[in-house]
Amino acid sequence: MIRALLWILSGLLLGGIVHLSTVLAMPQAAKLDAYSRLAPLTPVNAMVPLPAPTADTTIMPYMDPAFAAAVCRYDLSNGTIKLTAPVSQAYTSVTFYTRKSVAYYAINDRAAGRRTIELDLMTPEQHADMPEEEDVTAADRLIIESPSTVGLIVLRALAPEPGLMPMARRALAAAKCQLQPPPQ
Amino acid sequence: MRLLFGSLFTFLIAAAVGLGATWLTLTRGVAFGSLTIGAWTAWPKSGSVDIDPYARAKIARTGELPTGMGDGVAFYARGDDARNSFDGRCAFLISGMTPAARYWTITLYDPDGKLVANAIDRHSFTSDEIVRDNSGNFAITVAPLARPGNWLPTGGVDKFVLVLRLYDTPIGVSTGTTKEGPMPSIVRKGCS
Repeated sequence: MIRALLWILSGLLLGGIVHLSTVLAMPQAAKLDAYSRLAPLTPVNAMVPLPAPTADTTIMPYMDPAFAAAVCRYDLSNGTIKLTAPVSQAYTSVTFYTRKSVAYYAINDRAAGRRTIELDLMTPEQHADMPEEEDVTAADRLIIESPSTVGLIVLRALAPEPGLMPMARRALAAAKCQLQPPPQ
Repeated sequence: MRLLFGSLFTFLIAAAVGLGATWLTLTRGVAFGSLTIGAWTAWPKSGSVDIDPYARAKIARTGELPTGMGDGVAFYARGDDARNSFDGRCAFLISGMTPAARYWTITLYDPDGKLVANAIDRHSFTSDEIVRDNSGNFAITVAPLARPGNWLPTGGVDKFVLVLRLYDTPIGVSTGTTKEGPMPSIVRKGCS
């Protein structure tokens, strides 16, 4: 009797370990995460508009249909990224995601405080390699450090009513995501 | 022999308990640091680097991109204030006020996060397009058949999810804010 209880107890303990390790392994094992869904549709280091979600097709679940969205799938292995995005009339935001869909930074037009959102994206190593003086003159430049070499920048512009969707799309069409080669 | 059976038995229990618990937590959406106001629940930390392992596993599995913390916060409702789960064949009235935010949107999804097909192609309302009464309050009827005023069609689906997204809002940003915001109430108004 006691022996059976011991077997059950060790089964439960082992089950706990199985549970924790599968939860922790899920982001590595997932085949249909946001990055994998976007990879076939988007070139690297370029801003591409995303089709609006409809009842039949949606690239990712839970997309907000009131927003026009554009995505830049970045790869920082050959330089840094310079992002410029004109803000739309209503509301514009930029969110940075790691390869595993973790939103590590997000900013909206009002927090950026200008007519255009301008950001430099680099890895912590690239930031450390930046010349001192440049860092100082770039005081008004917003530098974002990416925890991963590859990831996603998602730009969202609100259409407060359906008729304003073309306006939101136009604002996004002017956004750029450019690779800056490292200084020689 | 006894050892063999015993260890097989142990492994069986381990697999059942471990995988079962993982499946349950990922499909039910268990995540820490939730902020519940009325029928609405948000996970503000899921939009930051402080995201917990359960939320991380869930978004990896579903393929969604969470709303970033500097962008806004998304509140999910799967049932009304009386804990009746949302049924697309019933009518629900959403009314009241929303917390301070520059803009908000309210969207109806099926449980997989897809929009629901309907005759008028209406899936969401934004704070700008909603029709309000004189005091600034609003009412949205979520129902399968056409209603006057703000009608959000359910398409008659079995289950649905409502997502209220607040953009540029102080809610959920400062840690420890569990002060109840004025979230809209949800009341069931009969089923067809």
